[in-house]
Amino acid sequence: MPAVTVSFASALPAAFQATQVDYKAIAPMLVVFGGALLGVLVEAFAPRRLRYLVQVGVAVVALVVAFVVLVTVSVHDQGITLARAVVIDGPALFLQGTLLAITLLSVLTMAERFGGEGPDAFTPMGASVPGSPQEAAALRAGLATSEVFPLTLFSLGGMMLFPAAGDLLTMFIALEVLSLPLYLLCGLARRRRLLSQEAALKYFLLGAFSSAFFLFGAALLYGYSGSVYLSDIAKAVTTASGDLDGLLLPGVVLVLVGLLFKVAAVPFHSWTPDVYQGAPTPVTGFMAAATKIAAFGAILRLVYVGLEANRWDWRGGVIVVAALTMVVGSVLSVTQTDIKRLLAYSSIAHAGFVLVAVLAFDRLGVAGVLFYLVAYSFTTIAAFAIVSMVRQGGSEASHLSQWAGLGRNHPVVAFVFAFLLLAFAGIPLTSGFTAKFAAFAPALAHGGTYGVWLVVIGVLCSVITAFVYFRLIVLMYFTKPVEGVVAEQVSPLTTVAITVGTLATLVLGVVPAQVLELAKSSSLFLR
Amino acid sequence: MTSFPWLTVIGVVPLVGAAILAALPASVADRAKHIALGVSGVTLVLAVAGALQFRAGSGQQFQLVEKHQWIPQFGVSYALGVDGIALVMILMAVILTPVCILAAWNDVPEGGSREKNYFALLLVLETFMVGVFAATDVFLFYILFEAMLIPVYFLIGSYGGPRRQYAAMKFLLYSLAGGLIMLVAVIALYQYGPGGTDGFLVERLTGLKLGATPERLMFLGFFVAFAIKAPMWPVHTWLPDAATESSPATAVLLVGVLDKVGTFGMIRFCLQLFPEASKWATPVVIVLAVISVLYGALLAIGQTDMMRLIAYTSVSHFGFIVLGIFAMTTVGGAGSTLYMLNHGFSTAALFLIAAMLIARRGSKRIPDYGGWQKVTPALAGVFLFAGMASLALPGLGPFVSEFLVLVGTFQRYRAAAVIATFGIILAALYILLMYKRMMGGPKPELSAPVLDLSVREKLVVAPLIAAFLFLGFYPKPVLDVLNPAVATTLQKVGVHDPAPTLAADGSSK
Repeated sequence: MPAVTVSFASALPAAFQATQVDYKAIAPMLVVFGGALLGVLVEAFAPRRLRYLVQVGVAVVALVVAFVVLVTVSVHDQGITLARAVVIDGPALFLQGTLLAITLLSVLTMAERFGGEGPDAFTPMGASVPGSPQEAAALRAGLATSEVFPLTLFSLGGMMLFPAAGDLLTMFIALEVLSLPLYLLCGLARRRRLLSQEAALKYFLLGAFSSAFFLFGAALLYGYSGSVYLSDIAKAVTTASGDLDGLLLPGVVLVLVGLLFKVAAVPFHSWTPDVYQGAPTPVTGFMAAATKIAAFGAILRLVYVGLEANRWDWRGGVIVVAALTMVVGSVLSVTQTDIKRLLAYSSIAHAGFVLVAVLAFDRLGVAGVLFYLVAYSFTTIAAFAIVSMVRQGGSEASHLSQWAGLGRNHPVVAFVFAFLLLAFAGIPLTSGFTAKFAAFAPALAHGGTYGVWLVVIGVLCSVITAFVYFRLIVLMYFTKPVEGVVAEQVSPLTTVAITVGTLATLVLGVVPAQVLELAKSSSLFLR
Repeated sequence: MTSFPWLTVIGVVPLVGAAILAALPASVADRAKHIALGVSGVTLVLAVAGALQFRAGSGQQFQLVEKHQWIPQFGVSYALGVDGIALVMILMAVILTPVCILAAWNDVPEGGSREKNYFALLLVLETFMVGVFAATDVFLFYILFEAMLIPVYFLIGSYGGPRRQYAAMKFLLYSLAGGLIMLVAVIALYQYGPGGTDGFLVERLTGLKLGATPERLMFLGFFVAFAIKAPMWPVHTWLPDAATESSPATAVLLVGVLDKVGTFGMIRFCLQLFPEASKWATPVVIVLAVISVLYGALLAIGQTDMMRLIAYTSVSHFGFIVLGIFAMTTVGGAGSTLYMLNHGFSTAALFLIAAMLIARRGSKRIPDYGGWQKVTPALAGVFLFAGMASLALPGLGPFVSEFLVLVGTFQRYRAAAVIATFGIILAALYILLMYKRMMGGPKPELSAPVLDLSVREKLVVAPLIAAFLFLGFYPKPVLDVLNPAVATTLQKVGVHDPAPTLAADGSSK
């Protein structure tokens, strides 16, 4: 027994030292989490009729303050903090800033009421059985699900931590923090509730699987290197004796599977169309844009900081995944008849394009990923906002045939949507083209032969996706209108979100130099 | 005056015009075409004024140069400039636009915002046409090359015949596929170039030492895109559909101007940037060009749809143009570039006059006509005139260029030149057969009286006929502008004209 006590004592540090916390660097995250907690209190104590207004106000203020803090304070105070668990460096800050801006737009679209009592997209009472008297009573009582705003902030907090995580455990916690509120949000749709609940359950189950994969991979990597810190793993890869080499590759693969699931890379994509379709449309927009940003941020940090040294071992698999993602995403988008499923498959294809840039293994590749994420997310938010306003008989006109002739009756809405589709298709003078260029150029320059092949596959898939988007444009402009389909009058909130998203799409296409420069200067990881 | 941004202004004026049209209140929407005509007229005046600043043979490749940094991270500049070829193409575009607007006067009879948008799209297209010929930055060229598809797509898909959606989609997919393959080559080219913040300028990318394989691959990337655009056999199939389903004015701008971007691109980018690969590819390209010449002409003979017939004649004509370009002789090059101009006018005349007939008869089918010479003699006359120009009757513009192309080709590739000459005979067949079937024969029984050429239609036809005659009798001013540009290009390729075989013979001196 004494032997045990001795070893135990020697394992303890001489005196307990509090972890150094660089509050300035993590201030934006603290503001967001603070806003979320405040939202919980509001939900508990504020009178019901005030809740919607207060919640929207709290969320917007928290997001704006966090953004201001980020650009004024945190950028000047980069570094590794919280016992190396959190790394606030260029990519992390760039992605956090993007996430804040995107979430602000998302919150605006979630707050849309279309003249009703509460947020229009969400059921008045999530706990009630669909179609039950309880649900009807909740509706009559004018209940509103205002807790979506704190949930969104919690999720955002996790997303902001995800690309800043310096070790695998923090990364895992961020993954869970960002996912759990999302599972909930997915199940809260006001209309077609069964579909929505199915989506939530599916997302939850598959997400739990992928989390388990990630955790198992993290354990293997810990076994290999004796540390969960990415920089230690990187060191171990270059210096390890070789006894435990068998743990490395399975660990890498499992961790990557967990992350690739979140970006909806093929073959881990099967949840995407169902979840995108079932979730309330503003939530779909938020997921499509923000989750992708966060998850790609985490992938970048993992592979550029932790696993770059042995990339030759695992690269082949990811190359195949990238190629498959592009091909499957674009080909299957051709057959879709539901607008949200179509955008889901298109988001899969886009994930493939981003992976091409990730595989460049160059600083410019990082910059390309960062720029692509900004460009794609603004366009996506605006596109889903428009999807939520085109309706027939009060519910969303999700079937493609319902979009026919929109250009005749609602020229402005159709024009904006067509422009966003052109951006998705990567037509020049939209952000989509600049982004594609930013992603493909480093792959071609630094990716070697396989980089060339991936880019060629990428452009061919772009033609396929362009076909899909143009078919939609054909439908909107060159076909006879459907009776009863209208673009609802939206409040200034959604209008702002659509306007900002569209303007960003235009500006990043015509004068992208500033943002490209910012992405380039933010592309160095602290190790 | 030298620092005045001529090219930008020429390009922006139509765009501003389009914006004005788009913002036009509904109460004055019927004024849209007048405004469009005025704007395109102003553009024409500006372009002529700009062209007067151009000095042929000044020793620099590009004149009227403008250069600004645009996306330094990618090495992209906003760089404009013209050589003789580009200048001539721009002039052709700005001449054809008002002609087309005038011809399209009644294309959208229902008026209102649809008509307004139609003319706005035509003006947007004019902006892109000017820009794409003026761009001296590969990236800028690419952007305009691709972005141009969007207005054309809407012009075909919104304002055309019954199968317009199919035609528009086919056009778009062909062009996008070609364009995106070119994008890979564009990105790769920059990596091989000097890089930096202006690494996409044509002058920085000229004369690079590329390895044989990368050069060939990049050449192919560019060439495929241009061959689709031009269009050459076997990637021409989108053209007849697009030409027959779109409105006549769109067809003219599409075939007359936009497709020239393909052949223009071959000269500016394929030859100048990838000289070795161009020489390597020449045998295949020459064969494809000869096939295009004969195939287009043979299919034209078999058509019963006027618009499709004219489209196939263009495939044949583009074969000649490509033949002259890849013959890589000064005569062939001058012939090809002049051909690009002539073809623009002759095709415009054929399309627009055919459209006038269609407007009267209500059918595109040749067998539906017959005896129309007696119904509308003046219209039949100008139709014949345009047909003669198209089959290269001596004295009219296209003859000069076709002759030069064949002579230039003969200097280096005799067999190809000889076979291509059959294209001229076939041209006589398809034009004259069409004329005979439509205009000859007894006077048809028509339910309503048909009017001959109106004043507006005369105004449409007159400048085109003037162009044939001018270019037929006195092409020298144009050739003076074109020749230095062709010589510069061939010098960059590093080829010299083959010495005349009869040089030893006293008679050739």
